[in-house]
Amino acid sequence: MAALINRHGLVAADPWQRIADAAELAVAPGRHLLLPLPLWTAHRQALAGRDRALGVWLRPDDEPAVLRTAIATLALIAVDFPCFTDGRGYSLGKLIRERYGYAGDLRAIGDILRDQVYFLSKCGFSSFALRADQSPDEALAALHDYRWSPRPGGSR
Amino acid sequence: MYLYNDVDQQLVHDRVACFRGQMERFLGGRLSEDDFRPLRLQNGLYVQRHSPMLRVAIPYGLLSSRQLRMLAHIARTYDRGYGHFTTRCNVQFNWVRLNQAPDILAELASVQMHAIQTSGNCIRNITCDALAGVAADEIFDPRPYCEIARQWSTLAPEFMFLPRKFKIAFAGGAEDRAAIRFYDIGLWARRTADGTPGFEVFVGGGMGRTPMLGHSVKTFLPGTELLNYLTAILHVYNRHGRRDNKYKARLKILVKDLTLAGFAAEVEAEWRHLRGGLDTIPAETVAALQALFANPAYATSGRDGVADAPPPANREFSRWQTRNVTRHRHPDYAIVTLSLKKTGSPPGDATAQQMETAADLAERFSAGELRVTHEQNLLLPHVARKYLFELWAIAVSQGLATPNSGLLTDLVCCPGGDFCALANARSIPVATAIQQRFDDLATLFDLGPLELKLSGCVNSCGHHHLGHIGILGVDKNDAEWYQVTLGGREGNDSRIGRVIGPAFAARDIPAVIEKIVGVYLARRHPGEIFIDTFVRIGIEPFKSGVYGAGHGRID
Repeated sequence: MAALINRHGLVAADPWQRIADAAELAVAPGRHLLLPLPLWTAHRQALAGRDRALGVWLRPDDEPAVLRTAIATLALIAVDFPCFTDGRGYSLGKLIRERYGYAGDLRAIGDILRDQVYFLSKCGFSSFALRADQSPDEALAALHDYRWSPRPGGSR
Repeated sequence: MYLYNDVDQQLVHDRVACFRGQMERFLGGRLSEDDFRPLRLQNGLYVQRHSPMLRVAIPYGLLSSRQLRMLAHIARTYDRGYGHFTTRCNVQFNWVRLNQAPDILAELASVQMHAIQTSGNCIRNITCDALAGVAADEIFDPRPYCEIARQWSTLAPEFMFLPRKFKIAFAGGAEDRAAIRFYDIGLWARRTADGTPGFEVFVGGGMGRTPMLGHSVKTFLPGTELLNYLTAILHVYNRHGRRDNKYKARLKILVKDLTLAGFAAEVEAEWRHLRGGLDTIPAETVAALQALFANPAYATSGRDGVADAPPPANREFSRWQTRNVTRHRHPDYAIVTLSLKKTGSPPGDATAQQMETAADLAERFSAGELRVTHEQNLLLPHVARKYLFELWAIAVSQGLATPNSGLLTDLVCCPGGDFCALANARSIPVATAIQQRFDDLATLFDLGPLELKLSGCVNSCGHHHLGHIGILGVDKNDAEWYQVTLGGREGNDSRIGRVIGPAFAARDIPAVIEKIVGVYLARRHPGEIFIDTFVRIGIEPFKSGVYGAGHGRID
C-alpha cells in the first residue's frame, strides 16, 4: 500500500477509502470515504449524517468550481495525478486553495513521486499519497529541496 | 546587469544539490529512465547521438565577461573545447558526461548561471531584443520585465508540467528584433499617451511542424499587470491545452481551437481574479531593476585624454564596419557584432579561445558586457567608436570578425543530424557548402541583406520558417532531403516562409541557392533587398528559376 505523508508532515496510515465507482461504493465498508466527483454529487445527501466523513477526489479535467458552495464541509479534497507529467492538478490545487478558499486537507494522489512534492506543496497540497515504490522518508525530506519559496510581485 | 541576490544564489545552489541527488539515484538504479527524463530535461540535459548535451540558460541573452570565461572553462574542462550558441540565445555543450553534469551546474552557479528549464514541458529561457538598452528606436528597455518574468517563471510551481514547452520573448523597440510573433507569448513594449509603460501581448505563435504567427490578444497591458496576465494565460493553457498528442499540444493549437476571441475571453476571465493581486509588480521593483540594467557611464569624445584619430584606411576594416557595426543610441558609441559565422566552422560555434577573446574584448571595450543574439552571434553593446579599429584587429586574429552580419553567409543553423537525436538530416555540412559557395565578399556584399536559416528537422531550432530563404532537412526513405522555403521574415511584418516545391538532395542545395539569388539579381530594382523583391514579384519566378519554366504546369 502506498505511503501517506499527512498534513502534519508525518508518515501515517491512510484512514480514507478511495472509491473508484458506484460498484465500489455499494460495498464500501470504510468510515471515511473519498468519492469521485460524480458520486459525491449524486450521493452526498444520502451519505451525509451517518457516522462517516466524506471527501472528494478530482480527476485532472474536473471543474473544481462545483465544490465551491460545499467546500467548507469537506474533510478532504484529493486531486488525482494519473501520471506525474500531467500538470493540470497543480492548477486545480491553486484554485481550490486560493480562489475557493479551502482550508482543509488537500491531497495529491496517484503518480506522486518525491521529486514533485516540493512543487505540489507550493500549490497548496498538504498531504501526499505516494506511489507505491516511493520512500516516504525521502519524500518528507524532499519537501525541503529548496529553502526558497515563490514570492509575489517579482521582487525577491 | 542584474546581479543575483541571496535568494537567487541559494536557489541555484539548492537546485544543484537537488539535481546531484537525482543523478545519483538515476546512476544507482533507484530512479527509472521514465521518472528521470523530465527531471534531466528541466536541467537542460539531453541524451544525444554521441553523448549527453547540456543546454545552459543565458537569460535574455545577457552575459558578463566573467560568465563567458566560465563557459570557456566548461568547454575546455568538460567538453571538447567549444560550445554552440543557439537561436534561443542559450549555449549548448555537446560532449558532456552524464555524471559530470552536476559538477558543471555547480561551476555555473558560482557565476550566477544555471540550466534550469532550458528544456522540458515548462516555461523556457526568456529571450529579448539583443539591442535592449542601446537601440536608437527603443520605447523602453524591456530587461527589467524580462528579469521579473525570469524570477516568476523559474521553478514556477504551477507550471512545471505543462502540455508542452512554452516560450516567451520581449521586444523593446519600434522594430521587433526578437521574433516575438514566433513564440507562445510575445510581449512588445508600448506606452500610453501619459507615458505608462506596458506591453502589447501576442499569443499562439510558434514554429515546428505547424508554424503560426502569434496574434495580438491585448493591445495594451500595463506593465504592473505583467505577471498576473502571464499567469492567467499559463493557467488557461495548463488546464485546457491538449495532452493527448504532443504535436497538437502547443499553445498555438489551443488558441486555434478556442479561436482567438474564445481564448482571449478565457484569459480575461482568469485575469479578472488575479488583477491587482499579489503578483502585481510594484513600481519600486521596476525602478530597482532599471538601476541594475542602467548603461555604463558613456564618456564623451576624447575619453582617456586620447585624441580621436581617424581609423586607418583599410578595406577589410571598412567592410567590417559596414556590416558588423550598428548604430548606438549614443553618437560616440557603437554596437559591435562578433561573428560566429566564419566559413568552415559550424554556425554559432565558439571555441574556448574565442570565448575568452570575446570576454576580454567585452572587458576592454564594452563595460564587461555581451549579448547573445538569436542569429547566433555575440554582440558588444557599448563600444566607443574610437576603439573600433583596435577591437577589430584583435577580433580578426581570433576569427571573430567575418564581415558578414546580415548577409547570406551569416546563416543560422541548428546542430542537426551530426549531434541531435531529433534531427532528420544534417545541417552543418549543408551550411558549410553554402558558405563556401558564397565566400567571395564582393558577391556577398552585392547580394546585400539576406537571411538564410536552416533546420535539421521540423522542430525548427534553426528558425527556417522565418528565413528569407529557409531550408528544412527531411527524411525520405532513410535519405536526407532538404525542403526550401522562401519569403519568411521576422520583424514588424513577420511572415512564415512558403515551400517552393519538391525537396532536394544535399549536394544540390548550393546550386539551388545560386538559382534563387540569380532570380533576385535579375529582377531586383536598384537598392531593393532580396525580401522586398520577393514580396514584389512573388514566389512563381523563383519556382521557375529553380525547377525550370515548365515545372508544375498542366499541359
